[in-house]
Amino acid sequence: MNKIEIPNLCLVVLMGATSSGKTSFAKKHFKSTEVISSDFCRGIVADDENAMDANADTFDLLHYIVAKRLKRGLLTVVDATNVQAESRKKLIALARQYHVFTIGIALNLPENVLLERNAQRPNRQLGKHVIRQHRRLLKSSFRTLKKEGFRRFYELRSLAEIDAVSVERRKVWSDKTELQGPFDIIGDVHGCFAELQELLRTLGYRITKHRDRQKNFGYTVKPPANRKAIFVGDLVDRGPASNEVLRLVMSMQEAGNALVVCGNHDDKLLRKLQGRNVQIKHGLGATLAQLEQESPEFLEALPVFLKGLISHYVLDGGRLVVAHAGLGADMQGRTSGAVRSFCLYGETTGEVDEFGLPERYNWAKDYRGSATVVYGHTPVPAADWFNNTIDIDTGCVFGGHLTALQYPERELVSVPASEVYAETKRPIKVEQMAVDAADDLPNIEDVIGRRAIQTRLNKLISIREENAIAALEVMSRFAVNPNWLIYLPPTMSPVETASRKDFLEHPAETFAYFQRQGIDEVICQEKHMGSRAVVVLGRDESVIERRFGITGEGFGTIYTRTGRPFFSEKETEQALLARLRQSLDQTGFWEEFATDWVLLDAELMPWSAKAQVLLKDQYAAVGASGELALADSRNALARAQARGIDTGSLLDKATGAQERLAKFRQSYRQYCWEVDTLDQYRLAPFHLLATEGKVHTDRPHRWHMEQIARWSAKDPVLHATNYRVVNLNEPEAVQAATDWWLQLTGNGGEGMVVKPMDFVAYHKGRPIQPALKCRGREYLRIIYGPDYTLPEQLKKLKKRGLSRKRGLAIREFALGVEAMERFVRKDALRKVHECVFGVLALESEPVDPRL
Amino acid sequence: MFLEISTTHQPATDLGFLLGKHPDRLQSRDLSFGKAHIFYPEATAERCSVVLLLEIDAIALSRNMTKTYADSFQLGHYVNDRPYTASSFMTTAISKVFGSALNGNCKERPELVEQPLPLEVTISALSSRGGETLIRRFFEPLGYELALSTQLLDPEFPNWGDSPYFRLQLRHHISLQELLMQLYVLIPALDNNKHYFVGSPEVNKLLDKAGSWLETHPELPQIARRYLRHQKSLTTMALEKLQDEDSAPHSFGATEPEARLEQNMSLHQIRHQAVLAVLQDAGLNSILDLGCGGGKFLKLLLSQTAIPKVTGVDVSYRYLEIAKKRLHWDVMPPMTRARIELLHGALTYRDDRLQGYDAAVAIEVIEHLDPNRLRAFEQSVFLYAQPGMVVITTPNIEYNRLFENMKPGSLRHSDHRFEWTRAEFADWTQKVATTYSYRVTVAGIGPEDARYGCPSQMAIFQR
Repeated sequence: MNKIEIPNLCLVVLMGATSSGKTSFAKKHFKSTEVISSDFCRGIVADDENAMDANADTFDLLHYIVAKRLKRGLLTVVDATNVQAESRKKLIALARQYHVFTIGIALNLPENVLLERNAQRPNRQLGKHVIRQHRRLLKSSFRTLKKEGFRRFYELRSLAEIDAVSVERRKVWSDKTELQGPFDIIGDVHGCFAELQELLRTLGYRITKHRDRQKNFGYTVKPPANRKAIFVGDLVDRGPASNEVLRLVMSMQEAGNALVVCGNHDDKLLRKLQGRNVQIKHGLGATLAQLEQESPEFLEALPVFLKGLISHYVLDGGRLVVAHAGLGADMQGRTSGAVRSFCLYGETTGEVDEFGLPERYNWAKDYRGSATVVYGHTPVPAADWFNNTIDIDTGCVFGGHLTALQYPERELVSVPASEVYAETKRPIKVEQMAVDAADDLPNIEDVIGRRAIQTRLNKLISIREENAIAALEVMSRFAVNPNWLIYLPPTMSPVETASRKDFLEHPAETFAYFQRQGIDEVICQEKHMGSRAVVVLGRDESVIERRFGITGEGFGTIYTRTGRPFFSEKETEQALLARLRQSLDQTGFWEEFATDWVLLDAELMPWSAKAQVLLKDQYAAVGASGELALADSRNALARAQARGIDTGSLLDKATGAQERLAKFRQSYRQYCWEVDTLDQYRLAPFHLLATEGKVHTDRPHRWHMEQIARWSAKDPVLHATNYRVVNLNEPEAVQAATDWWLQLTGNGGEGMVVKPMDFVAYHKGRPIQPALKCRGREYLRIIYGPDYTLPEQLKKLKKRGLSRKRGLAIREFALGVEAMERFVRKDALRKVHECVFGVLALESEPVDPRL
Repeated sequence: MFLEISTTHQPATDLGFLLGKHPDRLQSRDLSFGKAHIFYPEATAERCSVVLLLEIDAIALSRNMTKTYADSFQLGHYVNDRPYTASSFMTTAISKVFGSALNGNCKERPELVEQPLPLEVTISALSSRGGETLIRRFFEPLGYELALSTQLLDPEFPNWGDSPYFRLQLRHHISLQELLMQLYVLIPALDNNKHYFVGSPEVNKLLDKAGSWLETHPELPQIARRYLRHQKSLTTMALEKLQDEDSAPHSFGATEPEARLEQNMSLHQIRHQAVLAVLQDAGLNSILDLGCGGGKFLKLLLSQTAIPKVTGVDVSYRYLEIAKKRLHWDVMPPMTRARIELLHGALTYRDDRLQGYDAAVAIEVIEHLDPNRLRAFEQSVFLYAQPGMVVITTPNIEYNRLFENMKPGSLRHSDHRFEWTRAEFADWTQKVATTYSYRVTVAGIGPEDARYGCPSQMAIFQR
């Protein structure tokens, strides 16, 4: 033997008596991190590689390391004598647990060689009897290895043979990660040949039927440019022409235009053809009858084809998995009997349903992998995404459709069955997965502990454990029903402090920031001093029930930036939403966007509506206490001065402080008004975030403003935000915007928010701040205190660090957008919740709230 | 921040000697949080007034606070009443600038130190969320005459009500040293808001400054508790951080009316005993305490050595820390330690760690959930955790009429999202039992009233 071939993911068990050269062999053929030796583990637990009393702990550690490596999908080599079945048992169990093959390599050297080498060992010489014993055990092992669970086994009998042998790795059969598509993935055909042809033609495949039935199995299929078909299995049974389907598919596979995974019906046909005793049920009879007319050449080729079908494929760099009945994340790209069985049959609950069929366990419900899984096996009325998985068996043979999923486009193409070829015992019903999913509780596993969330905009975002702890309490005790929470807004950074003497914040720095980020056009939006409000609105309550899985909580909701209900009275909320809905109805919004729900980002005024307690306890309190203290101080200083005491500048200071306090009170009062009726509220939406099937972050802010202005004009409760578009390369435009800001803030306005015109903007490949706020001089008194405008205070305040706030803003922005995108593509609730929870957790990061 | 002390003792200008501050000069002194100025608006033989004026450096203050308040970043910590109201800053200033008088030292007029003098005090802005009553209860037992005035919180918004700040005028015949000592203790105790200097030296300071007068003060416990405010744990701060900027802080762990209302009948003990009796009868091997809070019931369960496994779950990390303390977690003997586990979790999530228990109890928990989250609780407990037995207790709202001092229509605890009548509870338990295939019985807990039933109600579900 001169070549050992192993899959690139497997467990290699070296076997051999002591001194047989296992360690050198491992060193020669494997990376040092791939090899786990018992000597090494013994050293770790006992400081002594000869401590035999440490056996139990040594192997505990060894098995632990092996398990971790296999779990993570790494080839692992065990360097230990492994001559007893007992010692191999645990290793084989681990390989099974992690669905990898076990390969045995035995170094079976002659006894004299072993004894000689043992004698040369400097630090550990074992008795001859030990070596003899090892050899005997190894020899007797050979008979049982297969039965123990070794997939393959190699024996090397001489030093020469050991020297000569090479170890070659090959990819596991399912590994087609190098194929990136595009693919057309086709659902269960079940002998529906006419429909298959029609579907392929619809997809742009050209099919030629040959007179010579031996040529290419009778067909030549030319796919559209670069495309490849993938069949999810169950080509045969029940339908009218399984034999023709097989011919067509075999010709495509032969020509390299198709990949085929094995379905349970294909597998059963193979077993029948191999002469096994299988029950002729579930349409196998029809197939066998069709095959009876087939040529001997075809009947010879067929078992070869069927035998070559593998359980599943991992494609496109691991982003796509195709398996007949689906496949969980921990089995993808693995090799074991359990994997194959899952791919063929899925999982059953062990119970029988009312139709006498085994009840299927909906594996997709708990799917947690990052790869998209496309599968068939269970007929459904329509293919729908769920948890990043999709079942495309739309029951063609039962009179449904034959469906293809185009990848990476993720578009569905289907053709109807021309007749009902078979009756199903179990009626095809909506698996209710979407409803189940919405109804399903989020799992605590998905939110606590240290987490990393994959987002489209900003790659991986990690959430620290202590932040998750704080977020959990808020989420579960104070937030609205999590089904509503499909988005949380990001925090917003202020501009860098102003270089101008009298200002803490000024537009100049805002524009400069965006210019540095390579942005030419920005939008300046008036900043409303109210409270951030996220609005979810459905056309009616049934929409909310169907799409959000929420019953009895109205046709929409308004929540705060930390996910709490905005209004304590549901009636006010619903009444306000009704006004909004009316405007949308009147402007044909629903039809235009082909949606029956909408998500808006908005500001809701007055500030006092939400912040009454804060205003009273903080702002009004400062005003009231200041007035008392400053009046007494001024009075006493005046009296002292009157009797000739020199109080220096104290009296002037007290007078100045009184004036500034008055300005401070004036500032907050502008944002307060009593709301006795609905008409006194102002809702100012500024982002039209999402509608069915679409997250509108690909639209520029101008579009958002224009859309919102259209229906805001319909109702005084709705407030269209003032804005200006500024080309940063035009000094006049910049000056005009600055003047506009000065005027706004001079009249008591809070300030403005400046955003790059593109909703999502990048600079040198990295996302930049989605928005910066630039707040007015007077407004900032309520943030920094009445006296912040004193020169010495301004000077100190100008030293402020923004990097943390900005880092958070970008990460929260990415998570918020991710949450919406996941919701819109109908991911499971927990996938959406994970992102929203992440925003909340990041918000618990301590950052100066004045920024 | 303004304090004025006047006397009509003859000659009144002796006040200058007693304080060691010359009446005809402005004297200023730098303090860590700003500047103290002392001057006399009036200094005649008939009447002499000294003013202690504090200029608080707002920036230094916010920095100082950041340090002592760890990383607490409530917006209110930046814009606040500290520069204006009488607080621990004032007492610090008193000890710094009037130190000798406070300690009873006076070289020029030693005979005046212990002599009661006619003294008047004005404090411009004294915050008392306990209202006028509390101020009176603190000062009147010591013999002061009080004049208190307040105003609207904001005259432009009369609906916002009165301001919690009082202009306080005191009058007493008392030695200056005693007056200063009493102000030193009572001002921060009244303020009770943000007392920055907490730690063990504070205990000594309190005992030191307070002479015999405090020991006999009828409000001693309250004064001491308020004076020695406890540090908040870091977790609480993280929670505070998560407040909406717009909302008022929650009073975590404050003495809640529920406890006071029910105190007289020690209802929580009765409740615990009732639940324990149910569990004991069932002979269980493992019990989940859902919403275990500070671990009172866990401790009781743990004392039942016949129960091999007890697990507490709470959403509040801080409460779990309290529970650990109560259970002496760090020094727990290994056999006991092996019997107990604490989990941080929320009952509105599916949590597979809660599976496989013989029983779960949720004592006074469900009323803390919004009604629309009850379904999530039901699923979490009955569908996913699926204990063999579930015991749930909740208040009986009908009984509230029998509590004194309870406003009609109010609930027993500010965080209660609802309280149920017996009929409502029975309905809910029936519905849950049917949906999730449990059998259920309902019972009352506590003394039964013929008309309104028991104060608490309990449902026992069994699979």
